[in-house]
Amino acid sequence: MAELTLTINGGTRSVPGPATLADLLSHLDLDARTVVVEHNRAIVRRPHLEATPVANGDQVEIVHFVGGG
Amino acid sequence: MATASMSDTPLTLGGRTFRSRLMVGTGKYRDNAEMVAAIAASGAEVVTVAVRRVDLDRTREASILHHLDPQHYFLLANTAGCFTADEAIRYARLGREAGFNDFIKLEVIGDKETLLPDAAGLLEAASVLVQEGFQVLAYTNDDLISALRLEDAGCAAVMPLASPIGSGLGMINPFSIRTIKRRLSVPVIVDAGVGTASDACLVMEQGVDGILMNTALAEAEHPVLMAAAMRQAVDAGRAAFLAGRMPKREIAAPSSPFHGMVG
Repeated sequence: MAELTLTINGGTRSVPGPATLADLLSHLDLDARTVVVEHNRAIVRRPHLEATPVANGDQVEIVHFVGGG
Repeated sequence: MATASMSDTPLTLGGRTFRSRLMVGTGKYRDNAEMVAAIAASGAEVVTVAVRRVDLDRTREASILHHLDPQHYFLLANTAGCFTADEAIRYARLGREAGFNDFIKLEVIGDKETLLPDAAGLLEAASVLVQEGFQVLAYTNDDLISALRLEDAGCAAVMPLASPIGSGLGMINPFSIRTIKRRLSVPVIVDAGVGTASDACLVMEQGVDGILMNTALAEAEHPVLMAAAMRQAVDAGRAAFLAGRMPKREIAAPSSPFHGMVG
């Protein structure tokens, strides 16, 4: 299993590969229903997370709703 | 009061109808339990939220959805913290993807110190987002021309400020707020700047369709009590507007007749 080095939420992280965005979320212990994922600046809809592989150097943003005005 | 509100029409925004004219934010509360209680006391249905990165080191606790039921509240995502149209568009798309609705409270901020809106950036972002099918509620200056341009761009509502975000200064320019309300066809929601109940009442007395606030509740000594006060103030201000106030005069007019006084 090759390690993948990704930039997730602005920080560098190594994750076990090969991996899809869905794998990444479970690796990070995140529930796909409460987050939105951007992969190399493009939003990936929830149904497509399973089918979207990540590659070395990819940029991933994982966001959710927090308190705000 | 009950009779007065019966003659009022409900607030309709982007095809959705709301009973409450008070909308509240979810930021800056001391704790989540107090936020939830204050929002309940406010009677608000529309509740704003911000889009931010998940904190990867302590997940599972920070999402607002753990505290607010999206079945019960209408979650209005904002683009707070965005300083360019591109950034705001990106945040709006992320907010919509969370899957609750296609409404966005659009903010494009032009200046860090005052957090005043950037009218040009706002218009640019609003035009793109309207094309993409968003219901855009645009946070803007208390400036008629900006408000008219945003309406022309297809915004579902225009949200002029009472005074700067988090300032608690109340309504700086009632004339501008009234003028915007008079000239626009889309709903006008005053957003930002109210500090206490009298501010909210005064805003609603201008005839605007609603009001959005956050800091006035979150930073009150007792947010739940302030939320209840704001709810009453918004109702009172709305009722007073509908009632039509008496004219102001610079001389007294006696309430009791002079006729019939004993000599």
